[in-house]
Amino acid sequence: MLILALDTATPAVTAGIVRLSGPAAAAAPAAADGTAPGPTASGPVGADVAEPVVEQVAARVTVDPRAHGELLTPHVLDAVADAGITLADVGAVVVGTGPGPYTGLRAGLVTGAALAHSLGVPAYPVCTLDAIAAGPEGAALVVTDARRREVYWATYDAGARTDGPHVGPRDEVPEPAGRLADHEQPTPAGIVRAAAPDVLAGREPGPLTPLYLRRPHAAEPATRKRVTA
Amino acid sequence: MARIIMGIESSCDETGVGLVAAHDDGTVELLADEVASSVEQHARFGGVVPEIASRAHLEAMVPTTRRAFDTAGLSMSDVDAVAVTAGPGLAGALLVGVSAAKAYAAALDVPLYGVNHLAGHIAVDTLQHGPLPAPCLALLVSGGHTQLLRVDDIAGTITEIGSTVDDAAGEAYDKVARLLDLPYPGGPPIDKAARDGDPQAIAFPRGMTGPRDAQFDFSFSGLKTAVARWVEGAQGRGEEVPVADVAASFQEAVADVLTAKAVRAATEAGIGTLVVSGGVAANSRLSALAQERCAEAGIELRIPRPRLCTDNGAMIAALGAHVAAAGHKPSSLDLSANPGLPVDTVLV
Ligand SMILES: [Zn+2]
Repeated sequence: MLILALDTATPAVTAGIVRLSGPAAAAAPAAADGTAPGPTASGPVGADVAEPVVEQVAARVTVDPRAHGELLTPHVLDAVADAGITLADVGAVVVGTGPGPYTGLRAGLVTGAALAHSLGVPAYPVCTLDAIAAGPEGAALVVTDARRREVYWATYDAGARTDGPHVGPRDEVPEPAGRLADHEQPTPAGIVRAAAPDVLAGREPGPLTPLYLRRPHAAEPATRKRVTA
Repeated sequence: MARIIMGIESSCDETGVGLVAAHDDGTVELLADEVASSVEQHARFGGVVPEIASRAHLEAMVPTTRRAFDTAGLSMSDVDAVAVTAGPGLAGALLVGVSAAKAYAAALDVPLYGVNHLAGHIAVDTLQHGPLPAPCLALLVSGGHTQLLRVDDIAGTITEIGSTVDDAAGEAYDKVARLLDLPYPGGPPIDKAARDGDPQAIAFPRGMTGPRDAQFDFSFSGLKTAVARWVEGAQGRGEEVPVADVAASFQEAVADVLTAKAVRAATEAGIGTLVVSGGVAANSRLSALAQERCAEAGIELRIPRPRLCTDNGAMIAALGAHVAAAGHKPSSLDLSANPGLPVDTVLV
């Protein structure tokens, strides 16, 4: 299945086309002739047939936190063109839901929701930190910028989140037990890998709700000031 | 064959999606007008909180779009063009609508028109009263804007004649409502309270009407302060505040200045049609006084029904229909929202 992956939770504007196939489908040819399904396949095959096969076909990424709204749809169309497909070939959309400190986070979510709506395909949410951590490796710590001198962070073991996502000052973040992903951005392949079990099982997607982690900045008005002394 | 135009609005606290049919004879027909409002979430803050509005737009955008298509009995593939409010408005709020519109236009492979919210408030009148005569004059009054505009071509040529130098008329309503312990937003409760009051009871000042003031600009800050002084004076003397009289007298001052300036501007420019639109256009005293003064001056008055006056997607779809019919070049898909979009830029 061809999947459109989007994320605007980090300073990057990320869009890509990813081919996803289930472990069963991938295992058959691999077992038959012992070769991997393709040179760009990034999912493990053969030995660990439980892993889905995730192949990044096209990616468009621009690092500019103020251009999320401007560039995302053009990036989608460019990635689709690079992949040699049309939007109608897309079978599902996967969107990073943050946490992210930019108003542009909402650009990614509403773009994903509207594309999925008009194409008549499901839109799956994934935590952006999960997308950055995605993979079967051992322990990992993912840290991204939350602005206001804070970071978002989560810890992982073999791709599964073990703590977080949290927001807080850097010195409250635990020491990394394994790989440290410090201010990285998710790749389209990582975004799809994080959602792969749900997508492959054809599960009903959850709502595309951003992980804000902070309450809106709003103050109730104080007692009205008198204009006369 | 009618062309179906989808309109998306998200500049403030209403998520609006409208669908219209643009007919070959130039008329534009309303097919759907769905709005989700976050106004109740802002009430305890006494004004629109941008982050709360943006969050609400994101939640409401696709569900509101679905409702619009259900209401119209159309499918997405019927859409011939997508129009969206590109500005002016709240940056984070506009971003949600613009992003959604770009995605819909891209997925449906139809042209995108990023248009001006203020022009939308005028264009909406064509859904009810038919094509606009050119030129016409428009008085836009709402919580966010108070402007007098000359419209030579709704699809392209709009000129500002005057605007508020401080508060928008609707903001003055909100502030006076708070002073009188009436709920937010202040327009409807003040209008209701004023029905039992005497509009001549208190002579509140008419802002920007002095001989040296800009003839067609407005100011409501002094009026708001005068109301506060008057109320505090009464409270200081231990008197009960006559809410109905204060509301009626305040409302009279607002309606008097708005209609006097609008009618004078039309008369001086020799313009025979006045359109009054925006949320405050639903105010009963404003519409009554506009009726009276336009009749005296021989000016045709057009006020869209209240539902069309407040922010909605139908007004953006209507404007999109006029812009598309005029043959203007569609917007690029790298369109950005412009919170400070000037009123003379109808299409971005
Ligand atoms: Zn408005």
